Amino acid sequence: MKKWALFAVIVVGALLLWAEGDIPPFGDPEAPAYNHVAPRYIEQGAEETGSVNLVTGILADYRGFDTLGETTVIFTAGIAVLLLLRRGGRL
Amino acid sequence: MRENVVIRTVVRMAVPFIQLFALYVILHGGSSAGGGFQGGVIFASAFILLGIAFGIDEARQRIQEKAVVIASSLGVYIFAGIGLLCILFGGNFLGYAAIPLPFDPPEVRGLMTEAVEVGIGITVMAVMTSIFYDIASKREEE
Repeated sequence: MKKWALFAVIVVGALLLWAEGDIPPFGDPEAPAYNHVAPRYIEQGAEETGSVNLVTGILADYRGFDTLGETTVIFTAGIAVLLLLRRGGRL
Repeated sequence: MRENVVIRTVVRMAVPFIQLFALYVILHGGSSAGGGFQGGVIFASAFILLGIAFGIDEARQRIQEKAVVIASSLGVYIFAGIGLLCILFGGNFLGYAAIPLPFDPPEVRGLMTEAVEVGIGITVMAVMTSIFYDIASKREEE
């Protein structure tokens, strides 16, 4: 069983190392992540979202669904701590 | 430490300013550095400071545990509620421009962004305070 686990780890690690060659270099301006929607956000973000702060515009407007998930994650973490540490059975 | 006059006085003076600064950070997210996550943590730090300086019971009198738990879900409700409101008015989920307010679409989106930030701030503040209460209560029982 342990040998199989080691085998799986080595195979997955080799796959990851093999795929790593296709990642664009760190800070590459030609990377796909910087050329898909980012120029649109930078050029029209302030007019479209009404937020001068571009970070807030992207965080709460363009990527609002993602931020809703983040808030839910924080809420879930609080509830988990509450359930683990507060064992009295009261809210 | 609870008898230390300097700590108690400084904390009593500092807490209102910390809370005011937290509200500023939350509401100023759209136009300068800030946002719900940062402001919520700053707001929670005011309660944590109260709990450290005056004891956990004094902090509990300022904001009850039940209120903290309710507030932690209230923020998520505000966020998701605004998203559902957009659907009710015929837009996409969290597509703020669908909400019929007497402003231009960018201004409506800016306003709704601020409202959503307030929701985030409430949840973060309540969760941080809740975790602090839980850990502090556990220590006192042992």
